[in-house]
Amino acid sequence: MEELLNELKEKFSSVIVEIQEKDYPTLICKRTGFLDLIKYLKDEKGFKYLIDLCGVDYLNYKQKKFEERFEVVYHLYNLDTKILIRLKVRIPEDDCWHYSVTPLFMTANYFERECYDMFGISFKGHPDLRRILMPDDWEGHPLRKDYPVYLEEEQEWKTYKEFTQKVKK
Amino acid sequence: MATYLEINKKQVNEEKWEEPFYINMGPQHPSTHGVLRLFLELEGETIINCTPIIGYLHRGVEKLGETLNYNQAIVLSDRLDYIASAANNTAFALAFEKLMGLEVPRRAKLLRTIVCEMARICNHLLWLATHALDIGAMTVFLYCFRDREWLLNIYEKICGARLTHSYVRVGGVRQDFTQEIIDELYKFTEEFPPRIYDYEILIDVNRIWLKRTKGIAVVPPEDAINLGLTGPCLRGSGIAYDVRKFRPYDAYGEVDFVVPTGKNGDTYDRYRVRMEELRQSNSIIRQCLDKLPETQGEPVLAENAPDLLMPEKVKEPKPQPVPKKGVIFRGVEKPIVPVGEAFASIESPKGELAVYVVSDGSNKPWRLRIRTPSFVHISAIPYMAKNHMVADLIAIIGTLDIVLGDSDR
Repeated sequence: MEELLNELKEKFSSVIVEIQEKDYPTLICKRTGFLDLIKYLKDEKGFKYLIDLCGVDYLNYKQKKFEERFEVVYHLYNLDTKILIRLKVRIPEDDCWHYSVTPLFMTANYFERECYDMFGISFKGHPDLRRILMPDDWEGHPLRKDYPVYLEEEQEWKTYKEFTQKVKK
Repeated sequence: MATYLEINKKQVNEEKWEEPFYINMGPQHPSTHGVLRLFLELEGETIINCTPIIGYLHRGVEKLGETLNYNQAIVLSDRLDYIASAANNTAFALAFEKLMGLEVPRRAKLLRTIVCEMARICNHLLWLATHALDIGAMTVFLYCFRDREWLLNIYEKICGARLTHSYVRVGGVRQDFTQEIIDELYKFTEEFPPRIYDYEILIDVNRIWLKRTKGIAVVPPEDAINLGLTGPCLRGSGIAYDVRKFRPYDAYGEVDFVVPTGKNGDTYDRYRVRMEELRQSNSIIRQCLDKLPETQGEPVLAENAPDLLMPEKVKEPKPQPVPKKGVIFRGVEKPIVPVGEAFASIESPKGELAVYVVSDGSNKPWRLRIRTPSFVHISAIPYMAKNHMVADLIAIIGTLDIVLGDSDR
């Protein structure tokens, strides 16, 4: 485990900002060069299984120690050595995009679509970036912290409003 | 497949077949097990392209989880995969315990393992029933529901609910088993294995069943990992990845069981894997029951488990004005949750169910991420359905074992 982390730190010193020891080793990475790192992990180190990809919104998080608003979190697993590592990429609000890993992992296709749907992070290189859980004409990104849990009447989904008016007639 | 098309083209005037034929399957199609909508591009009866459209059952569980405290979030987990809710409860509880640093008593671990394996049997029985019904074997359906009913009755004795039982809590389980439940479970584990054999002889020698499952939706091992398939779908392709063995949780470290795998990675192999898992689950329940007397009298909830936010005791109840918006419970909030994050995953009956929690130190999670197996499995449908018949698509949806409540969250 430590060998792997040291090797990664040496080889990708420009990509990896920090290595944290949490419940699983956590690598905090920069956006530039991230694709090289994850490709190296997959092809050379056997991390072939992407368990999860998700976004986290850190708006107004009290204990925040960094500037960027969003984080994209990857959980990678090696089926042979049974090592799980977590990769994190921080994404600023005004420059809200990230590289897609769908060409490497077919699993990432839906995960990235969901991340785009819920947080508005667009993924460069994704073959079909559309909303997945919310309707296509939905406004806003629901899992952002500034999105309300209960919507006011004016903010409601337009298509639904039109539909109810049609039914009433 | 190509030959079939060529014959078809010769029979019918070729010009009519130039354009692909589009068809909309769902969201009310009975064999999609919920509200799955598939947009198909057909050439003859062969699927060229298939686009799943989901989100019809989206209830915003992840957003709601941020507004409820940790104990209340357990209730949301029941509604994800409502066929095996005990497994979902366990995944949530494990992640929260990891975050809070709670140590669960051994008896609670054994009880959790028992309810999880009961959930697996329930799920696989329902899967076998509906899968066989989709393909055309009606009889299996009735027999499977008979056994599932027995298990649901036991669940009712354990916690009072049949489907959405929030029995597993943060730090342990709700209450101990009574002797009556243990006796009933012993009876079940004795009578169940011969019944699995009955189901197998009902369909294993059935020519229609074999023709419709063998060689359908073959997934090679490398692609299965890349697609993110887990659970029986991955093991059917010959990879023995099981979270219960790879990252043991609860009492799985101390019980003996075999992880069954297939060879060809087709629909038939996935069926064989699930049938074998039924036997293994039965044996795990038996082993845990045998271990229960060792822990007789132990608590089933950790001492420092977070209390539910209960109203403070009022000595003299006074008539109070009712608040307009809902009822507000006042209680003592203890800062028990440290700042940080935790990731826990379990082997739910459908695959790997992972929960990732980020905490900011308050009594509510900052972010609650649920990675559900059905969501990933639906993304594999276009890959598996390519160049198959429309009728085979029913078998593919069945073999993936998806629940739309699980995928849409």
